Amino acid sequence: MVSTQKDPVLAILSLSGGNDGLNTIIPRSNGLYRDFRPSLSISEDQIIPINDDLGFHPAMGPLKKFWDEGKLAIFLGMGYPNSSYSHFRSMDIWHTCEPDTQGSEGWLGRVIKDLDPHSENVLTGVNFGRGLPRALAKDGVPVASVGDLETYGLLTGIEGDSQRSEALDVFGRMYSPAIGRGAVMDYIRNTGTDALKGADILATAPQKYSSSVEYSNSAVGQYMKNIAQTHLAGFGTRVLYTTSPYNSFDTHANQAALHSGLWTDVSNTVENFMTDLREHQASDNVLLFMFTEFGRRITDNGSGTDHGSAGIAFAVGEGVKGGIYGEYPSLDVNEQEEGGNLKYNQDFRSVYTSILEDWMGLDAKPIVGGSFEKTKFL
Amino acid sequence: MADENIALMAHLLRRSGFGASRDEIEAKAAQGYQQTLDDLLNPESQPIIEEDLVYRYNPSYWQSAAIENNVQAWLYTMINTPRQLQEKMSLFWHMIFCAGHSKIDSGYEMGRMVAMFREHGMGNFRDLIYRLSTSPGMMYYLDNTESHQVAVNENYGRELLELFSLGAGKDEEFNYSEDDVKACARAFTGWNNAPAYPPFPYGRSPWEFRFDPADHDDGEKTFLGETGPWNGDDILDIICKQPATARFLARHLYNYFVADDAQIPAWRLTPPQNLNLIQEMEKAYFDSGYDITEMLRVLFNSDTFKSEEVRYAKVKSPAEVVAGTLRLVEEHREIKLGLFQHSQEPKYMGMDLMNPPTVEGWHTGREWIDSGTLVERINYASDLLGNTELPGVKGLINRLMSRGDSLSPETFVDGCLDLIGPITVDDGTRSELVAHAQKAGDLRHGSSSEQSDFTRRTGEMFQMIASTAEFQFE
Repeated sequence: MVSTQKDPVLAILSLSGGNDGLNTIIPRSNGLYRDFRPSLSISEDQIIPINDDLGFHPAMGPLKKFWDEGKLAIFLGMGYPNSSYSHFRSMDIWHTCEPDTQGSEGWLGRVIKDLDPHSENVLTGVNFGRGLPRALAKDGVPVASVGDLETYGLLTGIEGDSQRSEALDVFGRMYSPAIGRGAVMDYIRNTGTDALKGADILATAPQKYSSSVEYSNSAVGQYMKNIAQTHLAGFGTRVLYTTSPYNSFDTHANQAALHSGLWTDVSNTVENFMTDLREHQASDNVLLFMFTEFGRRITDNGSGTDHGSAGIAFAVGEGVKGGIYGEYPSLDVNEQEEGGNLKYNQDFRSVYTSILEDWMGLDAKPIVGGSFEKTKFL
Repeated sequence: MADENIALMAHLLRRSGFGASRDEIEAKAAQGYQQTLDDLLNPESQPIIEEDLVYRYNPSYWQSAAIENNVQAWLYTMINTPRQLQEKMSLFWHMIFCAGHSKIDSGYEMGRMVAMFREHGMGNFRDLIYRLSTSPGMMYYLDNTESHQVAVNENYGRELLELFSLGAGKDEEFNYSEDDVKACARAFTGWNNAPAYPPFPYGRSPWEFRFDPADHDDGEKTFLGETGPWNGDDILDIICKQPATARFLARHLYNYFVADDAQIPAWRLTPPQNLNLIQEMEKAYFDSGYDITEMLRVLFNSDTFKSEEVRYAKVKSPAEVVAGTLRLVEEHREIKLGLFQHSQEPKYMGMDLMNPPTVEGWHTGREWIDSGTLVERINYASDLLGNTELPGVKGLINRLMSRGDSLSPETFVDGCLDLIGPITVDDGTRSELVAHAQKAGDLRHGSSSEQSDFTRRTGEMFQMIASTAEFQFE
């Protein structure tokens, strides 16, 4: 495998379910925050201050470290026109960059196609989790989707190492180019050969890996560890993606405890991830981006919060110019979006555009479907 | 080698339903092709799933808003309904009349739409497409709720013609013009839902279709050459009598039941694989007054369908991989825990049931397969087929044992291929499997240690067959 250590790498953690932005980056100096959150506002003495106006959720101490280093970008007021309150639809829009029509092709699928137009490396894009998020979907773009890196591969149900390796040998020969029964059979055989190649390479990642960092046993912790392992193994993977457990951030009820647990895990995991990469001198070329499909309702419902619009995203990395990007959307009743929601002021495609052009070195326009002013955080 | 009666019956049951266990295949083969086909074509003659029992064990399925429950209940039906063709047709219509949870955001509504396909999908096409055009989910999904007398939204009007009935073209001609789309969309103004907007976030239901005469454009329109003050009803009448609609249905049915053919965007320029059969089905459509079952009767009775040429000529859809494997190994043939995981599997393989990627639906045939989905398909099927505790797998192993006290590697491999399908594999594939079996020699099942070795080796051989490229077809 050719070493591509210096190529820029994009890692993405999707916070599925709609993270409550108001209790993540808290507008602590704004009296309206406490008015609208009679049950769920976080008391001033617990908030971790960012500046006079804003502060982190108390569980986000580990992320504060990167803020202090100037390696954390916080994107406020993230969204797109005519926000959808449907998890699926809104996530689709973030995945496809198509807010008006239903798109089937993902922005990262296009990225992988641009990076590796002839699919020379079956591992240019890797997803951790079961099933491919639409962000990575594009016809003719192979993306490995790994449910568990420790056990990933074909015929994982065959017990005994020697039996399985024999079975895989047979598999390899059965899928080797033969006089097939036509184009479809040939195509499937080639695909099977690619899959076997990808699985063989990926299987070596955990063996090559050693680290002093101990990730949490949560899905986020383990998948971010898998991302680190894959990156450190030097397979030339450029896009690494994972999703928090499906709709875990959908805190309609019992939010105080849930949200705190979620951010404890995510913050610790991000710290572990960065520490791990730094320990291996492999953090320079990695950008970690975290987003959610929407924010939540301004007013709490007594126990949780319902679906809202503008949300918050983050970027962490050595190449990041730390800071606050975008405006905190107004909580003023007259300036809210219809339905008691925060109005977006920063199109997510602006942030994508900077990631694509200033980090990945690609032409963003065809990928995000238009020209968007860059959010200059790199 | 495989018995032709068994092979033909297995083929019929794979295509007209979600496959079957070996016991079922043999029982149906004994009844004969014609009797089995009659039963399939008359679902009402077969017992219905005991819904009371399903709800007693799974109270959460009842009118559930959660998409997961609705997908699970659907998979349960695919596996267990004796009315297999009816269920296969509910999936057929779901893959054509695409509306998705990503926009509708109500599992209840999606479940209701599939139930409509189940109940009416083998009836009269005019009736079915009217039900579709008055489905609140579809009206919302394709923005007809946003289409007004003074501001027409063409989305439903266009897709009705392009994707739900005529298709863009046939025999190199276009089936309709942009003016027809506009006329069609005008005719469907006022076809919307009450309440008009889903009362988000407290749930989308209960909304119902309602025709609003005040919002309907009742002016004169020319549609496919006919001029009048058409309403949506009139448009559906005109659509149903078009040869293009008959062609559209015949090609879709062929592609779904007989063999992978070109997909709908190519139909204007790409002629059907088997024009004779398509024309016979078109004739049945008109002779019967648009009866879908009569088209199916022609299809399943045709020599083409019965020919060996079309066996394993279709790439299985993920729903077929999952439901078909579960039926073969006889797992979840009764109500029990654990169905949820299986119901998520089609999604991992690229078919998020009740949530197609766009109104165009899933791309089928070879496009089901990429390096990610192939791994999921292989591992799923081979894990189940390698589980020698499952009743269907045990049954296959017992049958194999009854074929002789000692099986040579060749007999063993051929026996496995027969029992699991029967499936034919390329010579190269077969000789790899035989070479693998030869390493451990002949198989015996006299002593208990021989039996456990026989069982283990058969499970492993099933896993390897499930991993072949051939097994991706049905």
